[in-house]
Amino acid sequence: MSDVSLLSRSAADVAADIAAGRLATDAALNASLQAYAATDAGPSGLNAVLYSDADSARASLQSLSLGNGTSTDARPLAGIPVAIKDNIATLSMPTSCGSKILDGYVSPFEATVIAKLRAAGALMPMKTNMDEFAMGSSTENSAFGATKHPMDHTRVPGGSSGGSAAVVAAGVTRIALGSETGGSVRQPAAFCGIVGVKPTYGRVSRHGLVAFASSLDQVGVFGQTVDDAALGLQVIAGADALDSTTVDVPVSDYRASRDNAAAQPLAGVVVGRPVEYFPDSLDPRMRELLDRSADRLRALGAEVRDVSLPHTALAIPVYYIVAPAEASSNLARFDGVRYGLRVEGDGLRGMYEATRSQGFGPEVTRRILLGTYVLSAGYYDAYYKRAMAVRRLIAADFTKVFASGVHVLLTPTTPTTAFKAGSKTDPYEMYMSDIFTATANLAGVPAMSQPIGRIDGLPVGGQLLASHFDEATMFRVAYALERALGSEAHA
Amino acid sequence: MAVSEEDVRHVAALARLGLSQPQVASLVGELNGILEHMDVLQQVDIGSASLDPDATHGMRMRDDVPNPIALHRPREAFAPGMRDGFFLVPRLSTHGSTDSADDEGEG
Repeated sequence: MSDVSLLSRSAADVAADIAAGRLATDAALNASLQAYAATDAGPSGLNAVLYSDADSARASLQSLSLGNGTSTDARPLAGIPVAIKDNIATLSMPTSCGSKILDGYVSPFEATVIAKLRAAGALMPMKTNMDEFAMGSSTENSAFGATKHPMDHTRVPGGSSGGSAAVVAAGVTRIALGSETGGSVRQPAAFCGIVGVKPTYGRVSRHGLVAFASSLDQVGVFGQTVDDAALGLQVIAGADALDSTTVDVPVSDYRASRDNAAAQPLAGVVVGRPVEYFPDSLDPRMRELLDRSADRLRALGAEVRDVSLPHTALAIPVYYIVAPAEASSNLARFDGVRYGLRVEGDGLRGMYEATRSQGFGPEVTRRILLGTYVLSAGYYDAYYKRAMAVRRLIAADFTKVFASGVHVLLTPTTPTTAFKAGSKTDPYEMYMSDIFTATANLAGVPAMSQPIGRIDGLPVGGQLLASHFDEATMFRVAYALERALGSEAHA
Repeated sequence: MAVSEEDVRHVAALARLGLSQPQVASLVGELNGILEHMDVLQQVDIGSASLDPDATHGMRMRDDVPNPIALHRPREAFAPGMRDGFFLVPRLSTHGSTDSADDEGEG
């Protein structure tokens, strides 16, 4: 019997004990596997995990030489299980992207983030459920069934990285990887009451992340706490020769302020509240929780001021042109020849059409068609070209605000708490779930969600955004806010 | 710029997606419902933002040289077949079989 209470301790603490030999090297792995067996499997389970491979995780322990006074500098995640979203290439488990068209596909190479986690001592015993090809905000679009919200099985965990969020929220792992294109880490983190981080575009390698929309995609990190998420990002951040979109900017110490017990740890920090993220239609209870967070930041020494990001309302129309356009190109590779499913048809073209029609689900089909339409002759200028121009205006909004002396922005992560499964049948209504998150992807800035309270027992996320490559300041504010809210963040 | 059934069939053909008639009819409504929300972009004064969308805007460009990916299994382990360094993919069923053993698996 393993000690599942280990999972209530921070990943950094447990890794330190494993590295020093105070805990068995497989202690955290056994605890995770036990928690997984208790929460995920069967009809009453969460359906958050698509593949598990305890044997490979145990085998990798042998090669890590942990437990003999190993330095946590060298193995900061010594023996820590990390769940991986199913669109990140792994060698020992399939990478199916939640899609029938890649069912059972095993990559011949692994993602750079997986190699970095392994080098840091992490174990990767499970791949998590997701909306097919990361297209969705509820994890209802998976070909392998929907994932349930850990606190209320009638609700969604958010998406598209809903499996990773549910695994962390259910206490199966402390850290998980997801991916972000329009909010797919922050939105489920907010729904599930955990921390979710989208780094700056170019901060983390995407080599081995199956492409959805290449100008937007980033690997992101979930953590039960700010420190878990900061530790996870610390390990995977950095330039990569295999991803030319990564930028060779030094990686800061994201955990530098974790023990800052100063009375005013945020002295000199300016926090902006963009008025466009607080519309009259916002649930007043959510507004109150954001006000409370702003008050705490002031008490910690920060200056909080109202700012404007005037093009915010255009983010969803822009996003749902740019992302499907890029997806329609990226997903052209799934044709029955090179990957996974193949359905015979009439000739080569018939095979393509039969394979793709039977392999893709309704939301992916809808977005491929939408993307193909906005790129097609006669509509390119009206839709795609104009959306790219407006995208620049959205990015310029952030540039102006940060140039005015604001260090971090504070907003709600989502307009609502976790909604009922099956309640959003209109595609555009579902797309509006991303209204407060898609801007960061369009502008390329880092952003994160952390729990700031509850409404009717359901978690509410507060979002912090910072300027490009300034994750360190974002984490500085997040650590301080987490400490100031204490148990109120989950009450 | 309302989407018609003909438009849906056209883009489905471009995207290599086979659709049934009920799917086409449903998608006409769905795409129009989505695209009507995009019309707001036509009202935006894009001013100096209307630059060439293909410009790199400061993104660095790597040298245009091959950068081989480290495979953990040899290509022969996951390719349906290999010949002269190229992958052989399954033959189309509608193209029948070939008598040449050398062509096995070629499509």
